[in-house]
Amino acid sequence: MSNVTLRGRREASIDVSRQPRTAKKTLLKAGAIAALVIGALYAGLPVLWMLSTSFKQNGEVFALPPKLITSGFSLDAYTAILTDPSRLRFFLNSYIVAIAVTVLTLLVAILAAYGFSRYEFPGKRLINIVIVSVQAVPPITLVIPYFGLMVALGLYNTYPGLILTHMVFTLPYAIIMMTAYFNTLPRELDEAAKVDGANVWTALWRVLVPISVPGIVAVGVYTFMISWNEFLFALTLTRTDSMRTVPIGIQLLMGQHSFEWNQMMAMSILGSIPVLLLFLLFQRSFIGGLTSGAVKD
Amino acid sequence: MNLSSTNVHRPGTIRSSAGPRSTRPKAPAVRARKLVPFAFVSPTLALITLLTVVPILMVAGYSFMDNVIVEPNPVFVGFANYVKVLSDPTFLTALGNTFVFITLSTVVHLVLGLAFALLLNTPLLGNVTKAIFRVIYILPWLFTIAVIAIVWRLMLDPSGVVNYLLGTFGIQGADWLSTPETALGSVTFINIWSGYPFFMISLLAALQGVPTVLHEAARVDGAGWWQRFLYVTLPHIRPVIISMAVLDLIWTSQQFALIWMTTGGGPLNATEVVSTYTYKQAFSNFDFSTASAAAVIVLLLTMALAFFYVRQQKVRD
Repeated sequence: MSNVTLRGRREASIDVSRQPRTAKKTLLKAGAIAALVIGALYAGLPVLWMLSTSFKQNGEVFALPPKLITSGFSLDAYTAILTDPSRLRFFLNSYIVAIAVTVLTLLVAILAAYGFSRYEFPGKRLINIVIVSVQAVPPITLVIPYFGLMVALGLYNTYPGLILTHMVFTLPYAIIMMTAYFNTLPRELDEAAKVDGANVWTALWRVLVPISVPGIVAVGVYTFMISWNEFLFALTLTRTDSMRTVPIGIQLLMGQHSFEWNQMMAMSILGSIPVLLLFLLFQRSFIGGLTSGAVKD
Repeated sequence: MNLSSTNVHRPGTIRSSAGPRSTRPKAPAVRARKLVPFAFVSPTLALITLLTVVPILMVAGYSFMDNVIVEPNPVFVGFANYVKVLSDPTFLTALGNTFVFITLSTVVHLVLGLAFALLLNTPLLGNVTKAIFRVIYILPWLFTIAVIAIVWRLMLDPSGVVNYLLGTFGIQGADWLSTPETALGSVTFINIWSGYPFFMISLLAALQGVPTVLHEAARVDGAGWWQRFLYVTLPHIRPVIISMAVLDLIWTSQQFALIWMTTGGGPLNATEVVSTYTYKQAFSNFDFSTASAAAVIVLLLTMALAFFYVRQQKVRD
């Protein structure tokens, strides 16, 4: 009997407090959604405007009042970019450089990360500090000697010159992220392989690398992104249009006498697609790898 | 034998177990095995030497010479280039602009990044909703600076969409990027838009690492949202905030493409920063000696910041 009253009383007390609490919660939820939408407008409107402008006729770009979809809606700007061989060359160059940088960076970084993760050796701390510090060296400081160096080595205005110099940005990150990833894998794995008769080399490539694919993908995506987006070295270490990459191609479009805004936006969209696709495909492992490696949380 | 071969790869154990025996002459195999880690890191060491050590020595050398790169026989001039740079009013303006640009950018990146991270971490909303908003919020970070620069040039054009929107609220627009008074603020605004997502992602990961037990305990003790944020969340994510802030100061100080493609440092040096100043000395005036001195000064300033970053990382290890 006392049991029933107790339960009854408890239910009653819950009912009394639930009413205002749910109201408050609904209000909070509405506030959160409103804040999220305002933030999303701030983040997304420029992107939407870029997309919208790329489908306009150039004469409509500054028409008032601004419209997202105009009567002149067409793919003309895209056709203009995609049928121009000199502009397609920018894309080809960017792909060649970014893919080469990604492959080479991963190769060198996996080796170094294995060394850092599995061995203790004299000078390890110092090398670690140097690698972390390299990330802070200003590109503007490097670009002057790079210019002299690349001319001297005969690598000025070549793919190898760009590929090599891009690695100064990608390698430190890749090593830090890969080392963090290898550190999460138990040493027993490679040791078991060695007990079975495999040497260090086989243990790394046949055992460790295959199970590190998520980490390698994250590092690879980030490396590709850095190389694809690089501007200063591509600007100073190349001279001819046959060697220019997409970011420089976009700048060159802007430098011409009349501003073809719709074409510049179409080129921007086309130039952003590879990174957007990679990000959407590998979002999860990418964000995970990035935050664990870069910020070491 | 089996035991010792596995021990080789356990740094902690090899040192202690091999300690007393280390006076004995070592077998060549052991010595070769000691070289193994160096074999793994040697490509990295070679690349870092070629891509940072050698260039830094080169630029330091250039900075003490006259007419480098353009003339075959440069002469040693001591600190003359440094005197020239440090007494150049344009460089001092660039230094001041850089300071405003990087501190404003970093502070607002932090505030926006934290606000968005808290919103995306709220238990009030479903995971699908949050995942969709997260993608939208990360968007600015996925575009290259060249793209960001021209999109904002389009939007900030005197007859562009920003002035139109301001007009609907009765606010008089401006030629944002071409007016000396507004140019630096506008460039900073664009940089804030392009850079906050990296803060947001890192802080979101840090927020998700705060144990919910702590929040529950604080709630039981009667702590409100603000108190829980101040005494539970903030101490937990503080190390990430400090690391990100220092990294952001360093990265923002290196920003070149955004300013080069929006204002080129103008109008009237209003947006000149140390990187655009150095670039112009080198590749517009072909005065590589002065540019090198400026580049070394930039490097020293950055290294001072990097020193704090490395120390911060060490404290956290």
